[in-house]
Amino acid sequence: MSDKRRKLNLRTGHVDLSHGSGGRAMAHLIADVFHAAFNNEWLARGNDQAAFDVGQGRMVMTTDGYVISPLFFPGGNIGSLAVHGTINDVAMAGARPLYLSASFIIEEGFALAELKQIADAMGAAAREAGVPIVTGDTKVVERGKADGVFISTTGIGALPDGLDLSADKARAGDRVLVSGTLGDHGIAVMSKRANMTFDTDLVSDSAALHGLVAAMVAADGAGIRVMRDPTRGGLAATLNELAQQSGVGFRINEESIPVRPAVAAACELLGLDPLNVANEGKLVAIVAPEAAQGLLAAMRAHPLGQDAVDIGEVIADDHRFVQMTTSFGGGRIVDWLSGEQLPRIC
Amino acid sequence: MKYVDEYRDGNRARQLAEVIAATAAPDRLYRFMEFCGGHTHAISRYGLEDLLPDNIRMIHGPGCPVCVLPAGRIDMAIALAQRPEVTLCVYGDLMRVPGSQRNSLLRAKAAGADVRMVYSTLDAIAIAEQQPAREVVFFAIGFETTTPPSAMAIRLATEKRLGNFSIFCNHVLTPPAIQAILDGVDLADPDQVALDGFVGPAHVSTVIGTRPYEYFAETFAKPVVIAGFEPLDVMQAILMLVQQVNEDRHQVENQYIRAVNRDGNQRAQAAVAEIFELRAQFEWRGLGLIPHSGLKLKPAYAGFDAECRFEMPELTAADNPACECGTILRGVKKPADCKLFGTVCTPDNPMGSCMVSSEGACAAHWTYGRFRDIQRKAS
Ligand code: SF4
Repeated sequence: MSDKRRKLNLRTGHVDLSHGSGGRAMAHLIADVFHAAFNNEWLARGNDQAAFDVGQGRMVMTTDGYVISPLFFPGGNIGSLAVHGTINDVAMAGARPLYLSASFIIEEGFALAELKQIADAMGAAAREAGVPIVTGDTKVVERGKADGVFISTTGIGALPDGLDLSADKARAGDRVLVSGTLGDHGIAVMSKRANMTFDTDLVSDSAALHGLVAAMVAADGAGIRVMRDPTRGGLAATLNELAQQSGVGFRINEESIPVRPAVAAACELLGLDPLNVANEGKLVAIVAPEAAQGLLAAMRAHPLGQDAVDIGEVIADDHRFVQMTTSFGGGRIVDWLSGEQLPRIC
Repeated sequence: MKYVDEYRDGNRARQLAEVIAATAAPDRLYRFMEFCGGHTHAISRYGLEDLLPDNIRMIHGPGCPVCVLPAGRIDMAIALAQRPEVTLCVYGDLMRVPGSQRNSLLRAKAAGADVRMVYSTLDAIAIAEQQPAREVVFFAIGFETTTPPSAMAIRLATEKRLGNFSIFCNHVLTPPAIQAILDGVDLADPDQVALDGFVGPAHVSTVIGTRPYEYFAETFAKPVVIAGFEPLDVMQAILMLVQQVNEDRHQVENQYIRAVNRDGNQRAQAAVAEIFELRAQFEWRGLGLIPHSGLKLKPAYAGFDAECRFEMPELTAADNPACECGTILRGVKKPADCKLFGTVCTPDNPMGSCMVSSEGACAAHWTYGRFRDIQRKAS
């Protein structure tokens, strides 16, 4: 029998169950789609695991699953998002991300062309960030058992000596910094959902933030108490989580919170609050009051932190409320969202 | 977004607040009910309470269509969705509303019912066209504002001869509810809050005009100001009400001249009149049965009426007896007066209607204002 390989039809072909069977078809899929896109020395060795050097000191590790609808959105797709999101989770510890792994669950019938587009975007994002995807896994499930593609990524990184950021370290008097405009990702994704009747030029802010974090750590690592990327649930969820974990309250100023007019308009239309909307390329830093100016300057000097601002302070509050002074000068709470964010009727 | 920013200018709000404070007579109390949840939301979200003098109190009325939908109607919708042939299309914020037995459409969906979240009646029509083998039902709810789109959907379905589309009609009317509140306030009872005026919902008046409110202003001697939903609109309406009270006037005034006139949108009214007729009575959560306060499809359109098409039994279900929704909706009590507030009843686990939609009085107070209860206790 000829061992001549039938090429994958990456233009019009579809993923079928054989691509997950462990046989030749799967080997071809991995070689033509994933290895081609991720292309690095660890993958090239073809092992089920990757061996690499670890430096001295402490490592950090994180893992995250990506399920998103639609898979492609302005400013990225599920692949680039999976790379950025996991790099950012490593970076929020103040660590330098080193390696990623990626696991795919693909629905039978998924177009190979789209899979390739996703893998290429992942490869490009990983290369740009300088964090290679060194190992992975592929499974194919029957039609109807997944929504196109699910991706899980794990990341590990190295922590600089002496750095110990943690969500329980916010103290009354600390300042709250955000690295830029809020809600861009969530609204860009929502604008492309089926049934949505608004159009916008907005693109997702999806980006790897480890460069920005490195600049902040270099400027004044000791002055940073906590960092977090306000993804699902937005700034509101992040501050409420930190309030719980540190046992403090927050007081922020609506006027200083950066929101693009297009995001504000879409939120208005949908009855959403930009503070609840997801971000994928922004960070929140709780910093010692004396470090705030220096850190803000370091953030603004980095392209991903140009619009960084100080939005308020940590306060002592046994109730752990996140309070906001509105642009009108009144007060209100910024709460978690109850359940999923659902548009209002009228 | 220029058109919105104008109505959110913090400096103008502070100036307006000073004028309100200077206009309000210090020795009297002004109690105004904002009927509509949109206003409640704006007041809470922008912290307007902090800008008003202590003798001006805003009372949150019943005007949120989600909040006033009784548990029985939710039970009926759930039963409908559980029929194997039915696809039920609903607005997102209805998904979590509790029916009886702690069931909701969200839970019914998780248990296998075909419930779809839609953004407009047209989405539901599109689903009916795509799935000719299924019975597609639109869960129609809302005040006068959302009724014309439902009427248009029936017209469209008639034109397209859609045999598999119907609506479960829960449209309600604003004026009968205001009347019910005014009728229910016992002026002799010192525990009951008397009202000094109403902020009326602008979006309702874009359809029905301001004329229907003239009757209340006259009969009950209460000033009404129709206002938009931006925070400055609300502030301005409050000032107009204070002026009317000071001058002992009780007229219908229109703050929202940018879109509202006395007669409203007559084409929309005609479309509604063609398709719908009054129900003898309709149950409102928290307010009970109110005569002539709801709409149903005319007999000529019975084919598009889910209640006829599926022979749905009228279900009624009692609310939690400890829930104070009824007194809160009438402005007699405040959310924090309810024993269940914040303990058993939160937006994550609503017991009563006022906690369900973000526009409900309890939900708005919980989400944006509950820190004030603690300040109050402390002082
Ligand atoms: S707190 Fe809950 S139970 Fe109490 S009145 Fe409000 S909605 Fe009803």
